Amino acid sequence: MSVSSVIEDEIYSIPLEEIDVSHPKLFQRDTIGTYFKRLREEDPVHYCANGHSGSYWSVTKFNDIVRVDTDHKTFSSDTSQGGIFLDGPAEQSDATGTREGAPDLGLTTFIAMDPPKHDEQRKVVSPIVAPTNLQALAPIIRERAADILDTLPVGEEFDWVDKVSIELTTMTLATLFDFPWEERRKLTRWSDVVTASPGNGVDSWDQWREELMECGLYFKDLWDQRVGGEKKHDLISMLAGSPATANMPFTEFLGNLLLLIVGGNDTTRNSITGGVLALNQNPAEYDKLMNDTGLIPNMVSEIIRWQTPLSHMRRTALRDAEVGGKTIRKGEKVAMWYLSGNRDSEVIDRADEFIIDRKDARKHVSFGFGIHRCVGNRLAELQLQIIWEEIVKRFKKVEVTGEAERSFSNIIHGFTKMPVILHAQ
Amino acid sequence: MPKVTYIEADGATHTVEVASGTTGRDAAIDNDIPGIDGDCGGVCACATCHVYVDPGWIDKVGRAAEGEMEAELLQFAEDFRETSRLACQIEITEALDGLVLNIPTGQH
Ligand code: HEM
Ligand code: FES
Repeated sequence: MSVSSVIEDEIYSIPLEEIDVSHPKLFQRDTIGTYFKRLREEDPVHYCANGHSGSYWSVTKFNDIVRVDTDHKTFSSDTSQGGIFLDGPAEQSDATGTREGAPDLGLTTFIAMDPPKHDEQRKVVSPIVAPTNLQALAPIIRERAADILDTLPVGEEFDWVDKVSIELTTMTLATLFDFPWEERRKLTRWSDVVTASPGNGVDSWDQWREELMECGLYFKDLWDQRVGGEKKHDLISMLAGSPATANMPFTEFLGNLLLLIVGGNDTTRNSITGGVLALNQNPAEYDKLMNDTGLIPNMVSEIIRWQTPLSHMRRTALRDAEVGGKTIRKGEKVAMWYLSGNRDSEVIDRADEFIIDRKDARKHVSFGFGIHRCVGNRLAELQLQIIWEEIVKRFKKVEVTGEAERSFSNIIHGFTKMPVILHAQ
Repeated sequence: MPKVTYIEADGATHTVEVASGTTGRDAAIDNDIPGIDGDCGGVCACATCHVYVDPGWIDKVGRAAEGEMEAELLQFAEDFRETSRLACQIEITEALDGLVLNIPTGQH
């Protein structure tokens, strides 16, 4: 994140009240870090009256983020209040299509629910992605990661995002669901469709509905095949085999499956890309890694902090509340900027540096905190750990050979393209 | 100074002496006891400091109060039990000298 001093001066000369950190172009241009730095210094809980995302509060410091994230009685995630992203239908249409008119398929996802409904549904999904269950899947994930890496071209330029990050993430999802292997890219497609709108990934709402119905039927088939079958560790068998979930309504089943697919897709994909970029920007850290690959588990946490794959989560105040000395009023929108909290040098030592053997590397806010804290965090870590172990076995260096292109989004903090050349061991 | 014994899921035992007032989470982190992550730094926000209090000690330590954050987080812990607590919410004082905390197979 190196912003030239001219741009930095410009950012520091904007009147404070005019600062709008919700604009996706700031993330795409990668100048957002300087805005957040200024807010942390001058106005850590900042009100924007009329920005890209309308009027909203920005919470930019680590401890204030924890404060909001753990107070779900005051700060709601519920769809009925506006959900978990700053941008509703109107703002999203600015970039591409609008979500207005989206057919209601009756799907429910607990990430955008408050207790008690949230708690019930989270308890169903949580054991499936708990560490003990994941251990059973680890060997297959490793084998398949190895296969993907073995087919990559050495010594010629290609796009890391498409050939590696997307492919590896899709592979893990397919493994998790024990999804028919040859058809695994369907998963990537469905994940994209969930957040698509006419003109942006699909042609019409009819197409959107059809593709999700296809997805639903496909999973229903897998479910029917696995109900009453032998005990296996894939997600669908586990849901079908557990007394608590065997009779789950279909919309709930599908909603939860889609949440797992979407939740684990872009986030992990962008952590894989972001890690390669960070190591290239910090050659001394790359050397450290190659000299001691035992650092990988610690490095994985540092990569997740550094990348912060989700820039923010939004809440809506259910009552007046004080945060960092400011009064947030009932009904107002609040963005917890994880991307900023992870650069808060009052809590994280040398927060602006990427240090793979950092002490306390696990202390970051990328997974959120409180009752919504990422349920897939161990899966994400496991996946990244395996991938990096297999990468360093094969390649002396994954060299970034051109500009990485960043996503136009204030939610997904990631990349659309990154050219690389592989150097064999 | 009070002593605490941590027992890992595989049975490995670590007894450490800590300054009175230290939390069960900080004592574990300071002494590099494996199996307790404590990602949030001990502010009851992450549930990665889950422990089982030895049955003989649970009444003295107390249980997580219903409706409070600790209990809300614990309900999602892998293999939640009657004796489950978050170690960052246990303050080790002279009264708890000899406390035994069991570490689960994994922190989620
Ligand atoms: C590095 C990768 C990942 C990051 C950075 C990430 C980040 C997050 C964040 C910030 C939240 C919301 C936390 C809050 O509101 O306090 C969340 C929730 C969630 N994540 Fe992840 N995630 C990642 C990987 C995954 C994976 C692999 C899965 C799939 C198994 C997943 C599934 C979920 C689900 C289901 C929730 C909702 C939890 C709830 O509302 O109780 N995530 N994640
Ligand atoms: S250390 Fe996070 S809840 Fe105890």
